[in-house]
Amino acid sequence: MKEELQQKNNDKTFFGFWVYLMTDLLMFAALFATYAVLRNNTFGAPSGKELFSLPYVLIETLILLTSSFTVGIGTIYARAKDVVKTSIFFGATFILGVVFLWMEVAEFAHLFAEGNTPQRSAFLSSYFTLVGTHGLHITSGLLWMVLIFIFILKRGMSDSSIRKLTLLGIFWHFLDIVWIFIFTIVYLLGAI
Amino acid sequence: MNENKKIKISTYVLGFLMSVILTLLAYFLAVTKTSFDSFILIVIFMVLALIQLIVQLVFFLHMANESRPRWNLLFFMTTLGGILILIVGSIWIMYHLNYNMTPQQINNYVESQDGF
Amino acid sequence: MENFIFGKLTWEALPHLWFTIAGTVSMTIMGIGAVAALTYYKKWKWLWKEWLTSCDPKKIGIMYIIFASLMLFRGALDAFMIWAQQSISVGASHGYLSADHFQQIFTAHGDIMVFFVTMGFLFGLINFIVPLQIGARDLAFPFLNTLGFWLYVAGAILINMFFVVGGDFAAAGWLSIAPLSELQFNPGIGVDYWIWSLQISGLGTLLGGINFVVTILKLRAPGMSLMKMPLFVWTSLCSMVLVITIFPILTVTIALLNLDRLFGMHFFTSGFGGNPMMYTNLIWTWGHPEVYVLILPAFGVYSEIVSNFSHKRLFSYTSNVMAAIAITLMSLLVWLHHFFTMGAGADVNSFFGIMTMFIAVPTGVQIFNWATTMFRGKITFDSPLYWFLGFVSTFTFGGMAGVLLSVPPADFQLHNSLFLVAHFHTMIIGGALFGIFAGLTYWFPKVTGFKLDEKLGKYSFWLWLIGFFVSFTPLYILGFMGATRRLDHYSASTGWQPLFITAFIGICIIGVGTAVQVYQIIVSIKNRKKNHDTTGDPWNGRTLEWATASPPPFYNFAVIPNVKDSDAFWDMKKSLAKDASMSDMDMITNPEKVSQLLAEKRKNQKYEEITLPKNTPMGIYLSLFVFVVGFAMVWHIFWLAVICLVGAIACFIIRAFDDETEYELSAEEVKKLEEK
Repeated sequence: MKEELQQKNNDKTFFGFWVYLMTDLLMFAALFATYAVLRNNTFGAPSGKELFSLPYVLIETLILLTSSFTVGIGTIYARAKDVVKTSIFFGATFILGVVFLWMEVAEFAHLFAEGNTPQRSAFLSSYFTLVGTHGLHITSGLLWMVLIFIFILKRGMSDSSIRKLTLLGIFWHFLDIVWIFIFTIVYLLGAI
Repeated sequence: MNENKKIKISTYVLGFLMSVILTLLAYFLAVTKTSFDSFILIVIFMVLALIQLIVQLVFFLHMANESRPRWNLLFFMTTLGGILILIVGSIWIMYHLNYNMTPQQINNYVESQDGF
Repeated sequence: MENFIFGKLTWEALPHLWFTIAGTVSMTIMGIGAVAALTYYKKWKWLWKEWLTSCDPKKIGIMYIIFASLMLFRGALDAFMIWAQQSISVGASHGYLSADHFQQIFTAHGDIMVFFVTMGFLFGLINFIVPLQIGARDLAFPFLNTLGFWLYVAGAILINMFFVVGGDFAAAGWLSIAPLSELQFNPGIGVDYWIWSLQISGLGTLLGGINFVVTILKLRAPGMSLMKMPLFVWTSLCSMVLVITIFPILTVTIALLNLDRLFGMHFFTSGFGGNPMMYTNLIWTWGHPEVYVLILPAFGVYSEIVSNFSHKRLFSYTSNVMAAIAITLMSLLVWLHHFFTMGAGADVNSFFGIMTMFIAVPTGVQIFNWATTMFRGKITFDSPLYWFLGFVSTFTFGGMAGVLLSVPPADFQLHNSLFLVAHFHTMIIGGALFGIFAGLTYWFPKVTGFKLDEKLGKYSFWLWLIGFFVSFTPLYILGFMGATRRLDHYSASTGWQPLFITAFIGICIIGVGTAVQVYQIIVSIKNRKKNHDTTGDPWNGRTLEWATASPPPFYNFAVIPNVKDSDAFWDMKKSLAKDASMSDMDMITNPEKVSQLLAEKRKNQKYEEITLPKNTPMGIYLSLFVFVVGFAMVWHIFWLAVICLVGAIACFIIRAFDDETEYELSAEEVKKLEEK
């Protein structure tokens, strides 16, 4: 009876989280649509082709992809209740996430320093908003990761901790999927 | 998503490798000056991104082994439909609005097509 | 320094116009009155424990409905003021409102009626009825439900804060179309209030949408397959799927407008490459499906009522469900018909015009299904059915006007005219609001345990219907004569004044209708002994909500029923009646006998333990923080916004890491409660 209830609870939590992710995906879709419409409205300011450095973005992409891989492995160990290996893989994800975020902030700072602020043209507004929203998601994911590990330290690998780690894993994979499209649509198509 | 089924590490390794290959492929197509028309290049990039999307859905999010009824898959598909409507619709509408509204674009069109 | 502490909030910003001062005074008096009454009757603890912190969807539903009713009065007052101005502001007379004040009023009317009245009522009905109809004890995420409700309240209060703290209401139309809503043309803080209010209440709606989708798909009673769900559940599901599809788009659109205003970005400005037309495009990708979010649950209410009062199974259940799904999907493909005149050209306009015509087809299917259900039914004309019949006449009328508007060349003539205003009011009042009234009358005994007064209900229906036609038929005519919407003044030579006055008389009749409704509720409470519902099944119902007592116990069902049919409760009654060798006709003419049989059967029930969510005040705390964030952002008091944002996140974290959110009710306790 208890287990059945637990199973049912997990089932609805996972599905609810999935539905939430779908709404988030639609939010990104609206931002992508805005970017697609405004991408040529540079108003004399530099275009993406002049601003973006593809090798730099490729490194960012590979870092995020690797973190998506490590988080997946981490959830497998979490389900096996292997605390040490879970910590190692989630720790790796955390470090990779921080590096990714740092690279993104550095890129933004670089653009700002050259005077290419979001106020300069509609293209830059939409670029900063789209990529910045993704960065904000990464930040909240990192914060969440820290909180879950504090929770695990206090209460151990309970069913609830495993559920939280799995949800975080899904969230992280999802952020990687969104990044594929930012990489392709903003950076690769911008370079043509 | 589905926690009852045993998920192996090898699935993740495979998915990771495929994603890396797809990313690098797209990257080198972009940096090497290929002789492709830019429209074809756009199509290739989008196809590569979509393949990577499917790879990650299957190998990272395990959508293929969801048990019935496949609500996650159904909701994902519906969302994809909504996204397509939103993005394609917006671009289509806004392109036509721009074309009908701004003199500059009409001038560009006239120049590129040698008259209407 | 003062700028840092108070942002844009200065002494000059405080109320100094007659209407804001009046608002401040009346709100303060009402507030003091409520506080005094609660203190005098010592009800604070009761209010807090039983209602405000409750996770019970039934109580949240009732709070939604009470709050939406208050907002209905405020929105109706706006309508009254608009028409009063329009019927006297002609020629040399300029009426009693300034142009700017008039703009604020029609903006407020639109926003309040759509976001806080109709949405509030629908969420109230869905909260109360859907869990009962699917045989569930609670929603999938009880906490998100209280949070969603309190965010909705926070949004509604925030948009009315200008009464108390100062500033003004947005004056850019109910959707704040750019570039008019940009800082350049609207430097006041009205649009900021609008942005943050909608952002906050929209978040609440989105949470509600996710919650109900998961509840309906995952928590149905055993045996209730998708095609055995009552129609109201189906249409609520469709509506909630639309909510989760479109509200993210609204969030993004408003957020981008806010970025423009706050940080000087250039999404929708008229310079620096910004594109104001993109705002129109995005807001209507949300805006059109939104009207179907409002109308679909009302369709569900009508399906329940028609079938119930015809004492017949709904004609062609499957095609009704398919029609609801078709409306859901097609509603995503018609948004451009709101801006045919922006000039997207023939290809685009024809595509969206044709899609708009298509969407009338599934709606027509539903209307024919309802008509066929009534055909050869044993119809009892109770007041809910009156509202349905009123709906059919108005809705068909307005629907035809809509099909006319879907033809782009015709739309070029009628765009922004009063014809359009008349059309969408016919749909929203005649469709959604009548549906809400029908649902409230129909489910009132379930909520309170006694029926509403039938006679007064019918009076108020007739007043509403007549008042509606008296006010809106002139608007169709005025639209043809070239009167545009949002007119605060017009020339006497147009000859429009008699028609505007007729419309004003119409709203007075509606006002009387509303007064009768209030009186009806008072009378019904007074005579509640007479209209008492002892069986839990006052209308000889067909779906599961009637299978439990009225008002239902907090755990909804002592024993979760097993479902075998789409009219699950009727099916149960029927199998009992069959054993007692009663025919179908006997069941209709002699419902008391069936109730006795049911009561006997209930005596030998076996109870099990029940798990329920604990009450939590965290939804209120979180919404309070979010409210202050919104308020601080409106006035650019950034330090306060940051502090409260941290507070809101902290509340969320505390709640997310709390594992003790449920309690158990043992089988003996349930037995004791049931035998009471």
